[in-house]
Parts: sequence; structure tokens; C-alpha cells
Amino acid sequence: AEMAAARLSGSENRLVSLPLSRIRVIMKSSPEVSSINQDALFLTAKATELFVQYLATYSYKHGRGKEKNALTYTDLSHTAEECETFQFLADILPKKILASKYLKMLEKEKQDGEVREDEDEEEEDEAVG
Amino acid sequence: MAERPEDLNLPNALLIQVEFVFQLPDGVNISKEARSAISRAASVFVLYATSCANNFAMKGKRKTLNAGDVLSAMEEMEFQRFVAPLKESLEVYRREQKGKKEARKDKDKKADSEEQDKSREEDNDDDDERMEEEEQNDEEEVDN
Repeated sequence: AEMAAARLSGSENRLVSLPLSRIRVIMKSSPEVSSINQDALFLTAKATELFVQYLATYSYKHGRGKEKNALTYTDLSHTAEECETFQFLADILPKKILASKYLKMLEKEKQDGEVREDEDEEEEDEAVG
Repeated sequence: MAERPEDLNLPNALLIQVEFVFQLPDGVNISKEARSAISRAASVFVLYATSCANNFAMKGKRKTLNAGDVLSAMEEMEFQRFVAPLKESLEVYRREQKGKKEARKDKDKKADSEEQDKSREEDNDDDDERMEEEEQNDEEEVDN
């Protein structure tokens, strides 16, 4: 009721702040989806807005970053890794590592050979699916 | 180098420019990187929710995703906390849509009677027509 009644100035005076047209484009990019009724489109947009708010405020609250008055990428990445609800984001919000560490990782992967790479690929498919 | 999931260039990332959407306390800054990451996360969320909702639609042997499918998807995805506020918003949305339809119909009626120059009776008699039209409109998928 609070959200519905919120009256803000100008373009903020809407029931949902995210553009339905853009949400629709993303939804339709899924090949298995035939059609979407208008209510479903609205709900998805509204849910996405709630999701963004949840992700941002949760990450801010639990962030262990150095900056206190900022929401940083690291905060988000932490959330994806540590909170089960947001685990589906882990792949797109990877932890940042030092370049030197990354290079060492690459070296190790090379040494481990073909087999390991195949295993990684399988894991990736599962995660995405 | 093996293809990494994080390299996936998500189509049409939702670029969220407006601050108030995030609902963070006053004075909190969002780094550019964080903003971009949230936009990508939002797109992933849409895809995940759509896929989930579609599963429910298919279970119900329907080809069109409906409101119930999306709500079921939220529960499935462990976002039960969204269900109540979503239902409330949906009610307001439906009322708004209905209001718009009425307004459009009144506008059309006016235009018609002016064009055709026929004398029309008052709203009462048009109730049957209106009900029929509403049924048709509920099924159509409206483009924005």
C-alpha cells in the first residue's frame, strides 16, 4: 500500500519505475517463452524493482568494504557468494582478485591440462541451466 | 582460455539511472561499477524469473505467462517476501488499466458519434458492449 500510494514528483510518480518495454524485451529473449500477458509483464517489472532494492540494501548492510557511505561492487559480490538467495548471481558478480593472482591461476590451469578444462565447462553449464 | 560465464554479454541490461529505485539511506553513493553490476543482476533476475514462471505455465499447459505464474516463480526462487507487495501493486495496476480503458472508450464513443452524426443513447445501454470488449481486451497481449 505504501508503494502504491507513494506520490513523488515528475517521472517518479509511477506504480513501477522500471520500463515495461525493456523488461518485455529481456523476457522475450528466452526462446521457450511464447507470450506474456500484461499482468505478468507488470509483475515481473515490479518484482525486478523489489529485487534491486533488496540486493542493494542487503549488500549495503552486510558490506565489509572500507567505505561506509558507499555501495561498492565488492559488497555486491560478497552478497552473491554468501547469501543463498542471491547465489544465482555468483557467476556474474565474481570476486575481484589481483592481477598477479589471476596470472598464477592461469598458469596452474595450463599445467592441469585439458581434462580439467572440460570439467569446468560442465560445471558452468550446470550453473547457467 | 575457457569461456567464462562472467563474459556473457547480457542483452539489454536494465540500465538503472534513477537513484531512488535502490532505496538506500540518504547520502549513500553507489559506485559506477556497483551500478553496472546491479543492472546486470536485474537482467539475470528477469531471465531467471521468466524461466521459472514459464515452467509453471507449461505445467498448466498454457502458452501465455500469467500473473499466477510470476507469483509462483517468486516463491520458487525464495523471494516469498515479494508476494504480498506484488499482489497489492497488481490490484492498483489493474484498477488503473480499467480506468484507462473506460476513458479510452468514452473518447472513442464521442469521436464516433461526432463522425457518424448518429444520436446515441446514454451509457446504460452500452453495458453489454462494454462487457464483451473487456473480455476481448483481457486476452490480448498489449505492446508498450
